[in-house]
Amino acid sequence: MPGTTLSNETIKERLIAKFGEQLSHFEEPYGLLTFEAPKEMNLKVLQFLFDDEELRFRFLTDLTAVHYPGQAGRELAVVYHLHNLVDNIRLRLKVFTSIEQPDIFTATQLYSAANWMERETYDFFGVNFVGHPNLKRILNVDEMDYFPLRKEYPLEEQTRIDKDDAMFGRGELPAAAGAGPAETPREANEPRTPASGTPGEGPQKQDWDTNTTKVS
Amino acid sequence: MARPVRFNIHPIKADIKNNIGMADMPEGYPGEGFFATSLSTVVGLARKNSLWPMPFATSCCGIEFMATMASHYDLARFGAERLGFSPRQCDLLMVIGTIAKKMGPVVKQVYLQMAEPRWVMAVGACASSGGIFDSYSVLQGIDQVVPVDVYVPGCPPRPEAILDGFMRIQDLVGKESIRRRNSDRYKELLQSYGIQ
Amino acid sequence: MSAEQHIKLPEGSIEKTTTTLNLGPTHPATHGVFQNIVELDGERIVSAEQTVGYIHRAFEKIAERRPFYQITTLTDRLNYCSSPINNMGWHLTVEKLLGLKLPKRVDYLRVIIMELARISDHLICNSVVGVDSGAFTGFLYVMQYRELIYEIYEEICGSRLTTNMGRIGGFERNFSNAAWEKLEKFMAEYPAVLKEFENLFTRNRIFMERTIGAGPISADRALNYGFTGPNLRAAGVDYDVRVHSPYSSYEDFEFDIPVGSTGDCYDRFLVREEEMWQSMRIIEQAYRKIQDMKGAEAEVYHADAPEYYLPPKEDVYTKMEALIWHFKIIMGETQIPPGEVYLPVEGGNGELGFYLISDGGRTPYRLHFRRPCFIYYQAYSELTKGAMLSDAIIVMSSLNLIAGEMDA
Repeated sequence: MPGTTLSNETIKERLIAKFGEQLSHFEEPYGLLTFEAPKEMNLKVLQFLFDDEELRFRFLTDLTAVHYPGQAGRELAVVYHLHNLVDNIRLRLKVFTSIEQPDIFTATQLYSAANWMERETYDFFGVNFVGHPNLKRILNVDEMDYFPLRKEYPLEEQTRIDKDDAMFGRGELPAAAGAGPAETPREANEPRTPASGTPGEGPQKQDWDTNTTKVS
Repeated sequence: MARPVRFNIHPIKADIKNNIGMADMPEGYPGEGFFATSLSTVVGLARKNSLWPMPFATSCCGIEFMATMASHYDLARFGAERLGFSPRQCDLLMVIGTIAKKMGPVVKQVYLQMAEPRWVMAVGACASSGGIFDSYSVLQGIDQVVPVDVYVPGCPPRPEAILDGFMRIQDLVGKESIRRRNSDRYKELLQSYGIQ
Repeated sequence: MSAEQHIKLPEGSIEKTTTTLNLGPTHPATHGVFQNIVELDGERIVSAEQTVGYIHRAFEKIAERRPFYQITTLTDRLNYCSSPINNMGWHLTVEKLLGLKLPKRVDYLRVIIMELARISDHLICNSVVGVDSGAFTGFLYVMQYRELIYEIYEEICGSRLTTNMGRIGGFERNFSNAAWEKLEKFMAEYPAVLKEFENLFTRNRIFMERTIGAGPISADRALNYGFTGPNLRAAGVDYDVRVHSPYSSYEDFEFDIPVGSTGDCYDRFLVREEEMWQSMRIIEQAYRKIQDMKGAEAEVYHADAPEYYLPPKEDVYTKMEALIWHFKIIMGETQIPPGEVYLPVEGGNGELGFYLISDGGRTPYRLHFRRPCFIYYQAYSELTKGAMLSDAIIVMSSLNLIAGEMDA
């Protein structure tokens, strides 16, 4: 295993020495140093980590976002995972932004890998990367008008007519609120009972012959 | 708990005497030097033993299809030796794998390019009904965009299942009336998909 | 009137001098659905634009709605040529979050399965490079041995391709005698097959002329593009997650990391070939280590963590705690601590990372897959600048682009 002379404490000290109080929330969940920077400074921090001869974080492992609908003003977090291949240390940088104005400077000048990763983040969360050469949707259809991975949007597609929502515990049963479909497909297939309910009259027979095909 | 290991490790000796299958003769009137049967039967027999499939392989089922094409579960035994990649030259569109909504128009376009008679086989749970992906981006079954003849369930279906689906297509091809493609019911079916 | 006068067009009549070719989502050369719109100047490529997302199945959104053990089936479908690696990677991520310690035998069993999966992935990639350069025989020949690998998976988990193998904490059952016999048969027969496959391609003049110089990339550009795995190692950087961040007791094994020099298709092919030899070496070491275990240690196949791993049925029927744990696990109501964890594993294509944020609920709060295919496909236009069209096809197949992993 490559040498690990660089440690999390040293990285933290160097970062605080350079940027001071602007960096916050230093933590080490499961051994990975994590910290937060204000969104205007994300490129400065990344550039410092790239250029510094001791820190050498020159590999962008991952770039993604998380949506926290509960935190007002800090709903979207863009998370960068960096890796120093020579000393074998990883780092996680988080940049928070509000959902009304999710503008973050792009990292494509520094890391070409960020190009598609930022497009994917834009596609899923709507984070606008300022300065990106080609910020358009990458995985979803181009006509989609919402950002699907935000917490307020459901997983399933809403215009589906073949799946029976009531049976799967989603949506409302037809009798409860008038908003559901008029009858579930299961009910449509059962023979209907006459409304008056006179005794002796059985349920109306479905004309099953209309469903069979006549061979010509 | 050990179970008896057979097949690949301790193979059973093949018994050639009881292992010869005979193909059935179609119904008709034999005679000396001639055999009279209906045109549909002969055409069907010829077509079903030389289907040219187009594998529209998208995901995991595509790898099982590659295994079906390979020498262990040979698909070529059934006459599907020549896989075409151009829909203009193929009879059977095998949609193998998940079709996302982005891909739906592509499937439709490929289907439209095929000439009649054409058959469609939906291989795998995703192509049949969306599979395990009940999400906003997956088409819940290709029968939303093209009419399907045979559905092969499985995730992924074993090669034997794909071969079984192929044999059912062969049944359909063999028994199809030569008037089917001009009939009103077929035209209605295509109208319901928006295909003229 | 001479022929030249007849053909010559007036000056400036045609604005565009390049041809647009759509290597569309359905194409025999694209193994998987991704699109390449190429601008050609004759036969040379001027620029290429990639479109992906034709098989976007919204894994990350689905994962937010599934309990932890149900996500294993989703991870299968990422890189489906080597799905056990994805499964094990997910289980390792959850075990890291939970802080579970696994017995050595479980680790060694996992190593055997992951290396078999790596062999099966590299076999597909290399034989498909052969198919794309016109050599179909290699593909048919090695598919027989992939069938044997599938049979080994079947003995262990019941399924061939999308394996859903293992549980959080180990395996669902011990490897049966049939599995060991098939593994021994594989270890006995496979080296000869791989040697024969190598002989077909490695010093074959036509193959060498097709692949040497096709799509080279320098180590700096590869690192900047986020390349990992065999594609990065072919460019000269010896970064392998198994060595850099060992997981599942990989530090107990001795193996080499093959490294190329120019990063072109030939180097990628050779790196994958050599990795298969190294995987065989690892499998043999793991097999020997497991056979050397004696007594109770040789029967263990899961961690002793009944809160997360289903207790045996005899206990469920007789003991109260086991019943409660069984109920909670099946209903997905186990105590998952909140936290965030990132775990990389060495997949067939490179560093497959799982970034899991849990808020203490029964489903993840956010699960992100760091997918190597998605990240290195963006370099394709740089790899094929100025190349011929047939080189572009070879580059596409030698990069081992798996659509399921690309779009997730």
